[in-house]
Amino acid sequence: MSDEERDRDGALSALIREAMPPLTAPDDLREAIRSQLRARGRAALPLSATPSRWWLASPRASQWLAAASLLLVVGAGGWRLGRIQGRDRAQSEAVAQGALASHLRSLLGDHLTDVASTDRHTVKPWFAGKLDFSPPVADLATQGFPLIGGRVDYIGGRRVAALVYKHGAHFINVFVWPTSGGDTSVTSVAIQGYTVLHWTKGGMTYWAVSDVDPTALGTLAGLMQN
Amino acid sequence: MRAFESAVLPHLDAAYTLARYLLRDEDDARDAVQDACLRALKYFREPQVVDPRPWFLQIVRNRCHTLRGTSSARADATEYDDNTHSPPAEDDAGPELPPGITPESVRNAVSQLPVKFREVLILREVQACSYEEIAQIVNAPVGTIMSRLSRARQRLRQALVPGRAGEMLT
Repeated sequence: MSDEERDRDGALSALIREAMPPLTAPDDLREAIRSQLRARGRAALPLSATPSRWWLASPRASQWLAAASLLLVVGAGGWRLGRIQGRDRAQSEAVAQGALASHLRSLLGDHLTDVASTDRHTVKPWFAGKLDFSPPVADLATQGFPLIGGRVDYIGGRRVAALVYKHGAHFINVFVWPTSGGDTSVTSVAIQGYTVLHWTKGGMTYWAVSDVDPTALGTLAGLMQN
Repeated sequence: MRAFESAVLPHLDAAYTLARYLLRDEDDARDAVQDACLRALKYFREPQVVDPRPWFLQIVRNRCHTLRGTSSARADATEYDDNTHSPPAEDDAGPELPPGITPESVRNAVSQLPVKFREVLILREVQACSYEEIAQIVNAPVGTIMSRLSRARQRLRQALVPGRAGEMLT
């Protein structure tokens, strides 16, 4: 027996091991982790930005790591939203519902955009004078999310900027307004088949809503966070 | 993904045990383990992760510290008293343990230890990690681990023998 083995052999060690036995991870925790990993494994495939045979095309695996880490953020956030308690949670849900309602309204009538332009240098200045803040407007056409335009909308009792992007045949509304809170990672909720993502960055709170594949919406969120 | 699962999932029990005893709260322990899994997935690169157990436990341990609000800077700031306060005692130093010590009093005494002592004690006694593994997990030299373990045991003995606690603390 080596010294190292012997030092776990005393009376004190025995007492500690009796008082604090090795534990077993609860089954539901194990299952939650497994299903998170499974969801990640499935979702990694249809990412639009990666070539269909990405595992062959990218021996360095850097692409799937990038994709996985993005999904990771979304997944981790979804979790956390589940644990937000009480008033904060009710508030988040109300805003998510409000964002979804605005998204649906914008698609029902002929009022998707007040300013229709794919040029962010047109869209961003357009908000000046209509809002008391200036939302960041990113042009993500090369990444598969062309900017369609913007409008002023109304969520949770305040005027907000709505940025409209397109991905394939799907429209995406990204609602933006200022917040005093610090940066947060992306959280996700699914409501009536729509995905609502929320994050906070640089003093602005973002709510992205679409019926697009959640993975694609996660990609957009990741792009807007950079 | 399969490589990741087979590397990390076998160590969920160890991860949960560490988090549960470090954080002393079941919900926090669950959060720490879940967060650690996601982090581990993010950083997992198969050829570099030679020994997944200490690698994963290190991530779990760091998540626990983040959840506790213990910054690594603060842990470093107290580093000096590991080696300069007094030379490491013999492992069996300290008062004889009286009979009739209950598991509960041991748990209480362990939970009163400063976290840097508690974590090495848990890793060593409960998880049966080697010194090298503990060194990797808590990111400190092996010599520091040995001296911390020795001091952790010493403090624990003192706490379990209340009558002589004052005498031993000087």
